[in-house]
Amino acid sequence: MTGLPLRSRWRDSAISSISWKIISLLVTVAVTFLGLLFITFMISRLIPVDPVLAAVGDRASKSTYDKMYLEMGLDKPLWQQFLLYVQSILSGNLGNSFLSKRPVVEDLRRAFPATLELATVSIIIGTVLGIPLGILSAVKSGKLVDQVVRVVGLIGYSVPIFWLGLVGLLVFYARLGWVEGPGRIDISYEYSVSPSTGLLLLDSAMQGQWDAFRNVFSHIILPASLLGYYSLAYISRMTRSFMLTELGQEYITTARVKGVPEWRIIWVHALRNAAVPLVTVVALSYASLLEGSVLTETVFSWPGLGQYLTNSLQVADMNAVLGGTLLIGAIFVCLNLLSDLLYNLLDPRVRRRVALR
Amino acid sequence: MTALLTVDDLRVSFPTRNGPTEVVRGVSFQLGRERLGIVGESGSGKSQTGRAILGLTPPPGKATAKRLEFDGIDLRDASVATWRSLRGIRISLIMQDPKFSLNPVMTIGRQLIEAARRTSGRAEAKDRAVAMLEAVQIRDPRRVFDAYPHELSGGMGQRAMIAMMLITEPDLLIADEPTSALDVTVQIEVLRILDRLVTERGMGLIFISHDLRLVSSFCDRVLVMYAGRMVEEVKASELAQAKHPYTQGLFKCLPTIEGDVRPLPTLQRDADWAR
Amino acid sequence: MSDREWLLTEQPASRRQARLGQAYRRWLALRRNGLALVGLGIVVALILVAIFAPLLAPYDPIAGGDLRLDRLLPPSWAHPFGTDDLARDIFSRVIYGSRLTLMVVILVALIATPIGLLVGTTAGYLGGWVDVVLMRITDIFLAFPRLVLALAFVAALGPGIENAILAIAVTSWPPYARLARAETLTVRDSDFISAIRLQGASSARILWGHVTPLCLSSVIVRVTLDMAGIILTAAGLGFLGLGAQPPLPEWGAMIAGGRRFIIDQWWVSTMPGVAIFVVSLGFNLLGDGLRDVLDPKARK
Repeated sequence: MTGLPLRSRWRDSAISSISWKIISLLVTVAVTFLGLLFITFMISRLIPVDPVLAAVGDRASKSTYDKMYLEMGLDKPLWQQFLLYVQSILSGNLGNSFLSKRPVVEDLRRAFPATLELATVSIIIGTVLGIPLGILSAVKSGKLVDQVVRVVGLIGYSVPIFWLGLVGLLVFYARLGWVEGPGRIDISYEYSVSPSTGLLLLDSAMQGQWDAFRNVFSHIILPASLLGYYSLAYISRMTRSFMLTELGQEYITTARVKGVPEWRIIWVHALRNAAVPLVTVVALSYASLLEGSVLTETVFSWPGLGQYLTNSLQVADMNAVLGGTLLIGAIFVCLNLLSDLLYNLLDPRVRRRVALR
Repeated sequence: MTALLTVDDLRVSFPTRNGPTEVVRGVSFQLGRERLGIVGESGSGKSQTGRAILGLTPPPGKATAKRLEFDGIDLRDASVATWRSLRGIRISLIMQDPKFSLNPVMTIGRQLIEAARRTSGRAEAKDRAVAMLEAVQIRDPRRVFDAYPHELSGGMGQRAMIAMMLITEPDLLIADEPTSALDVTVQIEVLRILDRLVTERGMGLIFISHDLRLVSSFCDRVLVMYAGRMVEEVKASELAQAKHPYTQGLFKCLPTIEGDVRPLPTLQRDADWAR
Repeated sequence: MSDREWLLTEQPASRRQARLGQAYRRWLALRRNGLALVGLGIVVALILVAIFAPLLAPYDPIAGGDLRLDRLLPPSWAHPFGTDDLARDIFSRVIYGSRLTLMVVILVALIATPIGLLVGTTAGYLGGWVDVVLMRITDIFLAFPRLVLALAFVAALGPGIENAILAIAVTSWPPYARLARAETLTVRDSDFISAIRLQGASSARILWGHVTPLCLSSVIVRVTLDMAGIILTAAGLGFLGLGAQPPLPEWGAMIAGGRRFIIDQWWVSTMPGVAIFVVSLGFNLLGDGLRDVLDPKARK
């Protein structure tokens, strides 16, 4: 959890004005992003593949090769090469994919909405089920319900998600026929929905194409449920532990003394306090769904980032691999940033520092 | 004088690895509309006595008693509905440290209104909340109303706590070390406010403290606890004539301005007192 | 006085007795947690199976049977988990696969723990700009999802189980560094460290001789908690064809191998999946129980 130590450092620091905090946050993000670039750059230098040969093809003449060699700046010292690399990425150039022959940026733009849609539906499932389960588990701490929720969570932690996907396809698609199989949408609908957001659920609903919507939903529900289960495991566990902490606090006793009904103590008093760290948890599990999507998309032939990344890996298409890695890393950093900002908004102790003494 | 609260043989026990341990062992007293002080060192069971009266013994602890009656209502195994009709409305509890006892993500106003709503309508509740903040001598009640607990000093927070617990005008108030977490200078102020409100409203008060001098100046009667047992019950005015060696010891420990006591007295403890 | 009383006494006579008593009490607490015991049982079973694989496996894991007769047989008494498309006995392959799984877990722990300890204790003990730089690097590594970064590394290094182990280790150390730093900060200014410094010990000596041993136990617990994640990541890499290469009986790769037959010959993919699930559940249950025992604050 990247967010936590930063936060405590701020809380203790003497300079605590919110604007200073945002500046320091942005600097942190910039440094982290530069670090991401450095790692991908180093990886690209590690590979045994000759980047010039990959760019010009192995039938190019010696002069074309030499020209490309100079053009790519490979004669310059490493740090200059890195600067060139940063420069080209900042101008939105991730190079061309060797597999698709298109710019990597364009490929990523196509693949991203599919992953975004899958991850969003998954996190909704995970949050909507995970938080109430975690609360139930905390309130009934030590009872049978608690044990059951804990074990359900641990199973979610332990099961290899790609395997669960295969078994899910076998049972719900092949045997029971409850859901549609791999892919995002049946071919028969594929061209009837014109892409505007790229999120098929949204597009089909906005265009009033309910048959297509049903088809898309039937495709997404299985992979999203599996990924949702995976994040449910984490969310319910963290909710349980935050709620247990809050329910043991003195202000809960105060509320009981005031005669506040138990449901209100749980859902208003304790949950409002637990919600502050929970935001970070939900953001982090949203980010970790990207990781889960790499494996799930492969199983479900889901045309998203994960599948793009794995397909490129199989043929060592390094521009595509590094572009995808970089994008996922950048999303990770942004989600962390977002959760930190939300944390500051939610917690009045950080939000306002007006001493009333 | 009819008894507001009757406690007979109250026991609170917590399970441990070596079987249950009793932290309150047979406390009995009666209380009218008067001020009763409960004094003892930390761990003597005085706070657990206060919580047991409100049915708030923290699990897995258990409280039992031969008799535990509030205004004729049996509190042993009282239903959720009975407790709802008593807590906050007829019995309240002021806790030690406002830093922990106020909900950090709710404004003082919302927390006050939540209490006030028990006995009054939505519109009225806000006016009463502001009026109550004034009654605890907060100069700028509107500002405190919109403030979050961390924005208040300890003394302010404890005043808000008092306001919140008295807003429904309960018959019995339990104050559990209400000033121990505050600076000495603020302590007196807060106590004065508490004293005035309790007198004005004529409610019963149980004042729990480790500070014998404070209790003796503030209460009518004093109950001294040691290791979960009641060792003595005396009138506050007659503390100097207390019979029990533990009470005498506590009393002698108080420093006086005149006369240097040397060597400094140490508190004698005797396992027999806990029997 | 019985051994039990000697261990549970409230007044231990020696430091050794106190320490043994504490360990015994933790064991008692762990024993009360039925799920943790199940986890411990699974982990012990994994180790035993890995050690005695040649004795337990009825067939050779690599060489298959008769390709005309023994391909894709359903589970039976002769082949409890069935056979795969190369007529190999899946049960034997799963048994030998435990060796690979155990090897991955142990090697990753052996590589990542020292890196994490070195970075964390150095940052915590020296403080200042060293701390800032080292922790920034740690944060950068944490900014990548673990599997994705491991994928990129394996892509660069080339597929294979050694490279997969290296990639997982490289992506596993940052949390240990964080933890070691936090632990170091709590002991850095203590009197006994000052005393050692006054005796003229060098920073390196203090770090490795005195600070690191104190951080070791909590880092080891954390590594144990991570084992299930390591197993799943390794299986994921194997599934994508970037970990162990055929014909090695790695569980993730076995699932990938059976993927084509999932509809009609479900057992080919299902059996190794169950093995991964059981083993990582075992580590998770054990880790969960250990955390409860070692961190009384979390226990309710």
